[in-house]
Amino acid sequence: MLNPKDRIFTNLYGQDDWGLEGAKRRGIWDNTKALLEKGRDTIITEIKDSGLRGRGGAGFSAGMKWSFMPKEVKDRPHYLVVNADESEPGTCKDRDILRHDPHRLLEGCLVAAFAMQAATVFIYIRGEFYNEASNVQVAIDQAYAAGLIGKNACGSGYDLDIVLHRGAGAYICGEETALMESLEGRKGQPRLKPPFPAGVGLYGCPTTINNVETIAVTPEILRRGPAWFAALGRPNNTGTKIFCISGHVNNPCNVEEEMGIPLKELIEKHAGGVRGGWDNLLAIIPGGSSVPLLPKEICDTVLMDFDSLRAVQSGLGTAGIIVMDKSTDIVAAIARLSHFYKHESCGQCTPCREGTGWMWRMMERLAVGNAEVSEIDTLLQVTKQIEGHTICALGDAAAWPIQGLMRHFRFEVERRIHDAKQKAA
Amino acid sequence: MTSFIFTPENLSRAGRIVAKYPSGRQASAALPLLDIAQRQNGGWLSKDAIQYLADYLSMPLMRLYEVASFYTMFNLKPVGKHLVQLCRTTPCWLRGSDEVAKACKSELHIGLGETTPDNGFTLMEVECLGACVNAPVVQINDDYYEDLSADSVVSILRALKEGKTPPKGSQTGRQFSAPVAA
Repeated sequence: MLNPKDRIFTNLYGQDDWGLEGAKRRGIWDNTKALLEKGRDTIITEIKDSGLRGRGGAGFSAGMKWSFMPKEVKDRPHYLVVNADESEPGTCKDRDILRHDPHRLLEGCLVAAFAMQAATVFIYIRGEFYNEASNVQVAIDQAYAAGLIGKNACGSGYDLDIVLHRGAGAYICGEETALMESLEGRKGQPRLKPPFPAGVGLYGCPTTINNVETIAVTPEILRRGPAWFAALGRPNNTGTKIFCISGHVNNPCNVEEEMGIPLKELIEKHAGGVRGGWDNLLAIIPGGSSVPLLPKEICDTVLMDFDSLRAVQSGLGTAGIIVMDKSTDIVAAIARLSHFYKHESCGQCTPCREGTGWMWRMMERLAVGNAEVSEIDTLLQVTKQIEGHTICALGDAAAWPIQGLMRHFRFEVERRIHDAKQKAA
Repeated sequence: MTSFIFTPENLSRAGRIVAKYPSGRQASAALPLLDIAQRQNGGWLSKDAIQYLADYLSMPLMRLYEVASFYTMFNLKPVGKHLVQLCRTTPCWLRGSDEVAKACKSELHIGLGETTPDNGFTLMEVECLGACVNAPVVQINDDYYEDLSADSVVSILRALKEGKTPPKGSQTGRQFSAPVAA
């Protein structure tokens, strides 16, 4: 369990003032100039050494990502974009950072932008987060007024602008290239890669896009040293993580914990346990709606980190943990997710545009058993035809929940088909 | 000539917003300006409003229209004074979003996608609002109402009908996303 002295997000629940004074009390903006004086190469090396992996879902090494940016600013400016378009079902961690600890994010923006020589940071926040955006904007204004950002930020000699940009309701804009399209004033439709954003990104310029939580933890890593962060969690899965525990638990909550904590311990210690006790557990989606669910037998022992969850054919994703007890209609639960992906498909690639709707209609039939058993294999085959055949990962994300359902609960889907047939006969 | 024009205050806000983006990239201001126009226009975007903004941003009308129609937060038809958006995605559904939806429908006597005859309320179902540990959640205009039950959502709607401002956030009194004893 996380030692309180290792906690990074000390105002997760808004216990303290989220404004500049409160932030300073919590150690934010404390001699940030000294962090910048480490120099660009040292900052990137230390972030690499800390083992920090991106907190937005993919889990790519943050330091590595930063190192892909060109070494020198040439004819095109560099940009840092913060992805605050939090929309993955089950996930609501960035919301707490944005509304209760915005200065921690802004300090991270300065450090990261300096390391990558970005003169402008855009924070792209989902449009529904109106009150959260309002807090971030106030924090930005406070930081400008205090000389923490803007010209000669923190007295470092570095100039940095931070611009808050509100989205307008589109899950797909959390995909980094769709986000850039949206920021440029277009429909949020993903771009083909390559070229990668570090070469050709926002406005055709070198760009790095990081999740809110990733950026927010970087000043603390530089202050306390990469070895401190790397000692938390498990090898290759280091540090702390904000977990969002929703669904059938006694006390749904967000909580910061050490990476690699056992799933069962996480839920019992922080969320008051599964409704009706651990034995009443049916299944858990451990990393936001896009990752395959896990049945209770796996949940009994699995650890909450990237590699442990990948080993059981699921993923840590955004660490949005959706708990379902035995009262859950598991097929209907996944069918709802299929509806979500159908609704959020941007419509650009045919397999996704047509496939998400087809899969949802199929799932609705399976939920009531109105199908043939052979259609389960047809559905699985369609998921395989979508997965990997689209520009972005939304197609994959729509396919995986269904694959997870059939991997672990195929018997339940078949039972419904048999029951429906018997009833009809 | 179009019948929609920004108020002087909004025109000056628009100028400040456009200035935040690199020169020649004024299209980046499309989402923020559509949002301002929608607020000025009573919660929806008329074709006139989109035409006005397209001219303002030097964009072809169709380019801006496709943006306005792509994003769910832009309403291309009039909506009631209170836009009630019910989250329907799995985490909210597991915690009773169906009961919350049912209570809203019966309290307002309208179905999903409908507006009350007095234009007071429009009811909609939306996908994940990103407040899953406070499920079920409903967004009414700019505010989230969380940890709802059929009873508490009805109280909120009644308060709004009476012109009151019900407290937003958790309706069970807990501190944001902190765990609480049941």
